[in-house]
Amino acid sequence: MLEGLLPDLEVVRKDFPILTRTTPGGGPLVYLDSANTSQKPQVVIDTMVDHLERHNANVARAMHMLGAEATEAFEGARDKVAAFIGAPERSEVIFTKNASEALNLVATTLGWAGEHQVGPGDVVVTTEMEHHSNIVPWQMLCQRTGAELRWFTFDEDGYLDLSQADELLTERTKVVTLTWVSNMLGTINPVAEITRRAHAVGAIVVVDASQAAPQLPIDLAAMAPEERPDALVFTGHKVVGPTGIGVLWGSRALLEALPPFLGGGEMIETVRMTGSTYAGIPAKFEAGTPPIVEAVGLGAAVEYLSALGMEHVHAHERAITGYALEGLAGVKGLRVLGPTDPAHRGGAVSFELAGVHPHDIMTVLDTRGVAVRAGHHCARPAHEKFGVQSSTRASSYLYTTPEEIDALVDALEYTRSYFRLDD
Amino acid sequence: MSSELDALYQEIILDHYKNPHHKGLRDPFEAEVHHVNPTCGDEITLRVHVEDGTVADVSYDAVGCSISQASTSVLTDLVIGKKVDEALSVHQTFLELMQSKGTIEPDEEVLEDAIAFAGVAKFPARVKCALLAWMAWKDATAQSLGTLPEPATSSQEA
Repeated sequence: MLEGLLPDLEVVRKDFPILTRTTPGGGPLVYLDSANTSQKPQVVIDTMVDHLERHNANVARAMHMLGAEATEAFEGARDKVAAFIGAPERSEVIFTKNASEALNLVATTLGWAGEHQVGPGDVVVTTEMEHHSNIVPWQMLCQRTGAELRWFTFDEDGYLDLSQADELLTERTKVVTLTWVSNMLGTINPVAEITRRAHAVGAIVVVDASQAAPQLPIDLAAMAPEERPDALVFTGHKVVGPTGIGVLWGSRALLEALPPFLGGGEMIETVRMTGSTYAGIPAKFEAGTPPIVEAVGLGAAVEYLSALGMEHVHAHERAITGYALEGLAGVKGLRVLGPTDPAHRGGAVSFELAGVHPHDIMTVLDTRGVAVRAGHHCARPAHEKFGVQSSTRASSYLYTTPEEIDALVDALEYTRSYFRLDD
Repeated sequence: MSSELDALYQEIILDHYKNPHHKGLRDPFEAEVHHVNPTCGDEITLRVHVEDGTVADVSYDAVGCSISQASTSVLTDLVIGKKVDEALSVHQTFLELMQSKGTIEPDEEVLEDAIAFAGVAKFPARVKCALLAWMAWKDATAQSLGTLPEPATSSQEA
């Protein structure tokens, strides 16, 4: 038995109905694409159905019984999310459509008049291992404002090169943005250290926690204030929640300083024909009817994860990832792109197999019931660093078993023989 | 299980993948295009040389999976030496085959080695791989003839 696996893993797996699906040939389905989207436990599905069947009404505006119930469920979800990430205040949790929208909210409003407005000559710093959703909004901000986008590089083992920090973090640096855990390399970045150094030059720090929130315990309130990012985003569907819901956490100070993003219902205080005044946070950033049932589902999801214990989920990921790295190391011609020490990485393992294109690997694996992702994983700059155009990525989660990793390794060996790599 | 794979990875496809025909970028050419498959990052730079209404040369530099590389090789075999009209008609036949979801029986008289791609049509995720070079060639040919100008880079929807 592998050390660190979730106790009662077989019981936990029964919470996820989709894991009983089989392939057309009747074989088991091995889902190793959780960094893309996670599967959903029954409690999330049931909570959403129950909400739609019994409590559906608009939130905040509807004053009747169902309106009160829906508002309570929606705001209850905010409490659960706040607890999940240890937000210092519940009002600092903003619901968005997804992580991309949350990043766009911050990157766009930073270009508008206000205390933190980014302008010509300013510098925005990101890293070469970002998901496209944490690159493009900043490129757009820099194009609009005349600011300069600069990049932390990473070394051949997939670690950020912090020796560039003094050069990149100067009094011109207004924003530093980075992913906590890379979706391609798996690298866990030193968020606290980079935040401290960015704060020392007066920059605000925006963290993409899309891959971190599913895997790492996050406790923002427990972080030293100088090491705590100013904003952190993640998406619901990677933390066993539904699609259509994301989270922006921002410090009260930052969120109050940023101008509103979208205008509309519920984000206002008073609307007059001569002008409007805006609501306080979180309503200020939640124009229009929000994704209500999705938020309620996300609340159930993070409560589910908290009940399992994020420290246990993290230990499970490390154990499975370590096991996967060992198994993959035995496949001839396979190179892992990213750290090979499970202590410094998350559960997404990208690799290339000499002689077979990722698409072809994916198809062969798929016919054996093993679902992985092939392509650039929305991280093309990171692939360029390795001189490859795409890779194959296997990503585990709390429901992944060592046997599923064995199935992956077997399928890769089969791929090698199918393409006659040893002939 | 492997019969499903064998339907996709015909010997012809693997042969073209390992030994691609007409590979490399050559002069002369009237049009050069660069196409990408944005979902996976496969890329092709393709040149066409048309002389007296005949496809005199198609040359290319491409990176991608076995399906996309083999399809590029097969394309060049099929169109080089044909009248442009005739080549465009082969293109249309191949496009219909790929969009048929496996319902069309391919005509070997017209498609020659390209009939090997009939199995690809049953893998919706892979149809774009097979069409990358074909779309690039059509685009480049249109540009070389000065007709139907299309964007130099496009993401084709299969």
